[in-house]
Amino acid sequence: MIQHDIVIIGGGPAGLAAAAAAKKGGADDILILERDGVLGGILNQCIHNGFGLHTFKEELTGPEYASRFIKIVKELGIPYQLNSMVIDINKEKEITVVSRENGLQVIKAKSIILAMGCRERPRGALNIPGYRPAGIYTAGTAQRLVNIEGHMVGKEVVILGSGDIGLIMARRMTLEGAKVKVVAELMPYSGGLKRNIVQCLDDFGIPLKLSHTVVNIEGKGRVTGITLAEVGPDRKPIPGTEEHYSCDTLLLSCGLIPENELTRNMGVSMNPVTSGPMVNDRLETDTEGVFACGNVLHVHDLVDYVSEEAALAGQNAAKYILYGASKTSGNGADAPRCSADAGICTGGSNGGTESSSAGACVAIRAENGVRYTVPQSLDPAAMAEKITVRFRVADVYKDRSICVYYDGKLISKKKKRVLAPGEMEQVVILKSSLAEYPDLKEITIRTEEES
Amino acid sequence: MEVRELTCIGCPLGCSLTVTMEWDKTGEGTDGVPVITVTGNTCPRGEAYARKEVTDPTRIVTSSVTVTGGTIAKASVKTASDIPKGKIFACMEEIRNVSVAAPVHIGDVVIENCAGTGVAVVVTKDVELA
Repeated sequence: MIQHDIVIIGGGPAGLAAAAAAKKGGADDILILERDGVLGGILNQCIHNGFGLHTFKEELTGPEYASRFIKIVKELGIPYQLNSMVIDINKEKEITVVSRENGLQVIKAKSIILAMGCRERPRGALNIPGYRPAGIYTAGTAQRLVNIEGHMVGKEVVILGSGDIGLIMARRMTLEGAKVKVVAELMPYSGGLKRNIVQCLDDFGIPLKLSHTVVNIEGKGRVTGITLAEVGPDRKPIPGTEEHYSCDTLLLSCGLIPENELTRNMGVSMNPVTSGPMVNDRLETDTEGVFACGNVLHVHDLVDYVSEEAALAGQNAAKYILYGASKTSGNGADAPRCSADAGICTGGSNGGTESSSAGACVAIRAENGVRYTVPQSLDPAAMAEKITVRFRVADVYKDRSICVYYDGKLISKKKKRVLAPGEMEQVVILKSSLAEYPDLKEITIRTEEES
Repeated sequence: MEVRELTCIGCPLGCSLTVTMEWDKTGEGTDGVPVITVTGNTCPRGEAYARKEVTDPTRIVTSSVTVTGGTIAKASVKTASDIPKGKIFACMEEIRNVSVAAPVHIGDVVIENCAGTGVAVVVTKDVELA
């Protein structure tokens, strides 16, 4: 059987940054497995600018951002295998991969970094009534067809969902000569970045209809029109508000779903809120030596944060290879490890069951407007000097504070004039701040209204 | 007097800005520079953004051009710097008519002076020979 120290599943922004960091962290035997024929993942079709403001302090397009990391990976001499699709990973970290070149291979890894990214919610998952004509695409599919394959997908376009890809495609289709009639959003707020609403819709006079959804699709061979309706607070269409739009194309930008079939199959504990695996402060899942980063862990707003997170996963995978499991946690070999399942999420909130492993692990609980956190637990003894806990909020909030509690005691409070689900938030937890709480069981992150 | 409503993109706050442009009697006919007042902003970045948007709005334009003989059909491109907002469609018209032969590499110039802006259009993706 082929063996490697670290195998990275996915050669997109997360996989590339993780590989570079693992190599720089001292791991020598690394392999990246990529399903596509090129490295770079989804960035290859994201030809708009605005990437890299945090990482490179300049505004790059997606392909340029990817090329920076591809260059680093090549300079470091990290091997990668293209056109290779992983179809199974088991508990023993045996990876089954298929490719035209090598047929079916099984690769045994000491450590695995999951970096498979996410995919778009398709029409079938949206329950839109009507016919099934040609002309209905997810926004990302249309993006690939227009930007890489050179096929214009339509002339008169309606977009459902105001996620960033939908907004970007509204502008892209307009620039290519199509008429984008309207962007409809089910929620009373947009899921996209403010910058994109202004520069992709306002710039071109494209209306954004909040609290609206598509209630009918017409056309048999090809889409001929759609019907929009306003929705109430229960997100159900309000009779009598229907409006007809003639169009030949409907683009769907209705959310991204981390692609975790492999993760689930290998029995890793999942977080139902993020649809990603549960991880500790090293971004390690509850299967020892298996790390996760990027959109497979939770859907990010900016690729810069993906790169940062992935580098952390890469460094920790390298430490795992060099020092083994016991040393990464900094305890003796038989000390209880901080496994990610300590804070396993069972319901709508992040919290739920209490930590079961004695002392070594602190659960991070999300509540009152904080939908989830990544990571979901940390190990105070072994953690880095500081860790960044990322999360999203559940609704648009004005004048709230983000509060951090250690076992019920308020530790920090940061005022925010506006919080929105479309933008990721973060709090930094310093190792030094935990020193006074040797028996800490739980860190709570919540929003609180300004009194 | 002209009033415009803008949304600031400086941060997630997205302040609603009201920009008032007033041409006073002395200015009018000479250099025509209006007196600009910005309200609704909560920080200096909002004011700077609004002033730029009403006097000299610019954007970087990104698109893709046809590549012949390459591994993929289109190579992505961008204007090397921001161009006046009013020139976006003129610029797109020129970009649409460009066809280049593979291989092309990041930074290759496909249009030297796009739509008379003096700004070049450059490739943002390597496309190798098929």
